[in-house]
Amino acid sequence: MNSAAWKRALRALSALCVDPAGLKGLTVRARPSPARQVLEDQFPRMPLPLRRIHPDLTDTQLFGGVNVAASLTEGRMVRDKGLSEIPATLVLAMAERASAGLAARLGLVLDGASEHALILLDEGADPEEAAHETLTERLAFHVDLSEVRWNDAKPLMPAPADLDDARMRLSALRLTDTQQETLVTLAAAFGIGSLRAPQIAANAARALAALDGEDAVTDDHLQEATELVYPSRATRMPEVEEPESTPDQPEAQQDDAGETGENTLTDIPQEMLIDAVRAMLPPDFLTRLESRARAKRAATGSGAGLKRVATRRGRPLPPRPGRLDGRARIDVVATLRTAAPWQKLRRQGRPDAPHLIIHPSDIRLKRYEERSDRLVIFAVDASGSAAMARMSEAKGAVEMMLAQAYAKRDQVALIGFRGDGAEILLSPTRSLVQAKKQLSGLPGGGGTPLASGLQAALQMAELGRVRGSSPALAILTDGRANVGLGGTQGRAQAREDAQAMSHAVASQGLKSVVIDTANRPGREGAELAGWLNGDYLPLPRADARTISAATDAALTG
Amino acid sequence: MTVHFPFSAIVGQDDMKTAMILTAIDPSLGGVLVFGDRGTGKSTAVRALAALLPPMEMVAGCPVNSAKVKDCPDWADVQDKSIVERPTPVVDLPLGVTEDRVTGALDIERALTQGEKAFEPGLLAKANRGYLYIDEVNLLEDHIVDLLLDVAQSGVNAVEREGLSIRHAARFVLVGSGNPEEGELRPQLLDRFGLSVEVRSPDTVAERVEVIRRRDAFEHDTSRFMRKWNGQNTRIRKGIIAAREALTSTKTPDDVLEDCARLSLALGADGLRGELTLLKSARALAAFEGASSVTRSHLRRVAPLALSHRLRRDPLDEAGSSTRVDRTVAETLA
Repeated sequence: MNSAAWKRALRALSALCVDPAGLKGLTVRARPSPARQVLEDQFPRMPLPLRRIHPDLTDTQLFGGVNVAASLTEGRMVRDKGLSEIPATLVLAMAERASAGLAARLGLVLDGASEHALILLDEGADPEEAAHETLTERLAFHVDLSEVRWNDAKPLMPAPADLDDARMRLSALRLTDTQQETLVTLAAAFGIGSLRAPQIAANAARALAALDGEDAVTDDHLQEATELVYPSRATRMPEVEEPESTPDQPEAQQDDAGETGENTLTDIPQEMLIDAVRAMLPPDFLTRLESRARAKRAATGSGAGLKRVATRRGRPLPPRPGRLDGRARIDVVATLRTAAPWQKLRRQGRPDAPHLIIHPSDIRLKRYEERSDRLVIFAVDASGSAAMARMSEAKGAVEMMLAQAYAKRDQVALIGFRGDGAEILLSPTRSLVQAKKQLSGLPGGGGTPLASGLQAALQMAELGRVRGSSPALAILTDGRANVGLGGTQGRAQAREDAQAMSHAVASQGLKSVVIDTANRPGREGAELAGWLNGDYLPLPRADARTISAATDAALTG
Repeated sequence: MTVHFPFSAIVGQDDMKTAMILTAIDPSLGGVLVFGDRGTGKSTAVRALAALLPPMEMVAGCPVNSAKVKDCPDWADVQDKSIVERPTPVVDLPLGVTEDRVTGALDIERALTQGEKAFEPGLLAKANRGYLYIDEVNLLEDHIVDLLLDVAQSGVNAVEREGLSIRHAARFVLVGSGNPEEGELRPQLLDRFGLSVEVRSPDTVAERVEVIRRRDAFEHDTSRFMRKWNGQNTRIRKGIIAAREALTSTKTPDDVLEDCARLSLALGADGLRGELTLLKSARALAAFEGASSVTRSHLRRVAPLALSHRLRRDPLDEAGSSTRVDRTVAETLA
């Protein structure tokens, strides 16, 4: 199996060398390892020059911009060419750390007219940590080298001359209509929505055929192309009742692809292709799908709030030496101040220079610290007998958080839910006095309308976000919902509503913690935390201090 | 010059194509937002729009594409005052764009080399009277969004910084595309788009095969493919020009107006902009189809485009807002 993965990787890279423009690139998933190094050593076979890039790539590096250093010395405008202007094979290391913004920009570069190829080195440890889909979706191949050992990894690439030959042959190769149809149907069977996939598979089949020196794309190539392109994109198992296929089967076919010529005339039935692709799917395919969906949900919440050093607004920080990269603004005064003492000295070197002489090292950039308030929304289950105790502890926790609010810039809000609905007991505030006044009387008793509570919290969170704070949710409940959204009675309906609302909350990327206050913390609380994609804290006899500390820890971490 | 995939060769995606054509007919509709999964041809369609837009007249040397010499801003120091016919500008707003690049800023080149203070117009100047296209619009940074909203609202770009005080007209149509998975769009920006379209991959195999086939043909023999589709593209462009002229003479009966209001009420759409866009887009559609007055059938077809992004989001409604619009349209205009 390991050597099969390695052969796949080599085959993918060879195909990419033949048609970089049509295949766009390759995702290599592996931590730095000897095997990956062997593969990386083969990258120079690519017809385009190699350029290594990293996730913090600036726009100036990518799209080009003014070269301040050269402009200042030469006294005329000097522009640097960006990576996007010179066709190259870009190798992005630590691809899993690239932001959505960078992914989108690289996507634009790949879509553009210049013939770039991109190789992602994805070093993610968990399944949830992976290169951005905007990129992986555009790249033809995805290979996983994490299981490949060094002695399996032999650099058996085709000779450069063979690659050149294959490139010559490529333009003459076309797919027949039936073959194209097969690719499209197959993509649909695996739930691949994007139409890029069949297109890429077609290009891959052509490249593979060219590599093998064939004059036409055979069904073997078609099969190999689907094995290389589809498995990483599949979103579901095809709905065909078929006996389990043996995992060795595609390996054997992959090896002799190109040598055999006997089954080229007959169309391989779809089922065979489906089996071939299915065999390449990783064994934990279904769990991976789930975790990918989770990661996606979590990813949407990025950005809003918390502290970050910004270049445009917020509280000013001391200026910092740096280069003008188009993102930061120059601090003119600080720059002049740095340059001033040297003027006399510099003028001695250049007596003919006009006005000021500023060197690139003098340039100072403005920096700001941007920080948005955190809004902690407590949603407290005020139902049943434990209500009074729970509410008073929650109230205590709110007051304790407010006591530190000035230092931490937190706002706190409290929502209680019981009977057939939820009510806002304390609107977002930073004032301890106001909170004490509003929290004096707390009602309790009745059913548990968990969904209504979540809905109220979600609405408040959205409002808070509009006002520029970063909301987080702390839910104190035993999770045993028994009243639905509109006040409907019945556990089944209530549970369903709560689940739907939780997904709505999670899809907003809200940070949340479920504090299980049941005497015997059970399944329900953990389940709720799972729906919310949040943390779970069983605290059966929590007092105000532990709630406040635990909430703070869970929502900060 | 890159050749874009021809608009008429896009398979299916009728909603998206209709929305593009409508906004080309009546720029006052306020642009199109295309939302959909990856690889559904969003960017392809928007980029193809440029080829459909009829050329317009402008002052040759004017940085903000003014139609008449007297409209040219005085800071521009226009040398060439002849009126020329040029393609309608479609300006790409790249994601990582800086504020300076959008609004325009001090011309560093002249400051450096000649020691002069001069204004270098930005993308907003270039897009005046044309279209501003933002790919991955939901990833646009907040401060750029604020800036765009402000300018889109007032139609004037005012630059007050680094000792400059400059203003110029900036009226443009926003065209955006994005993938909803990357994040939501702020309601304020959402409301700025006149029409919105959700695109999906075609669901029949035949259609999907056709997409692949055309794309393949386009990549293999671009010039032949362009020639093949040129005729249809020209037909659409002529249709757009004819519809622009017919727009004023297309009648809007009172009962259609009433239908508009009833629809918006039934859907609880925020603000009156929805009704206005609904009416305008129905009129544009009627003009494009050569009808003398707007009918219910026009209204029915444009309602999802004009209204679906203006509804209050209901987190429990899995069906999506366009289905809700369809349902309400069926009920209200029964």
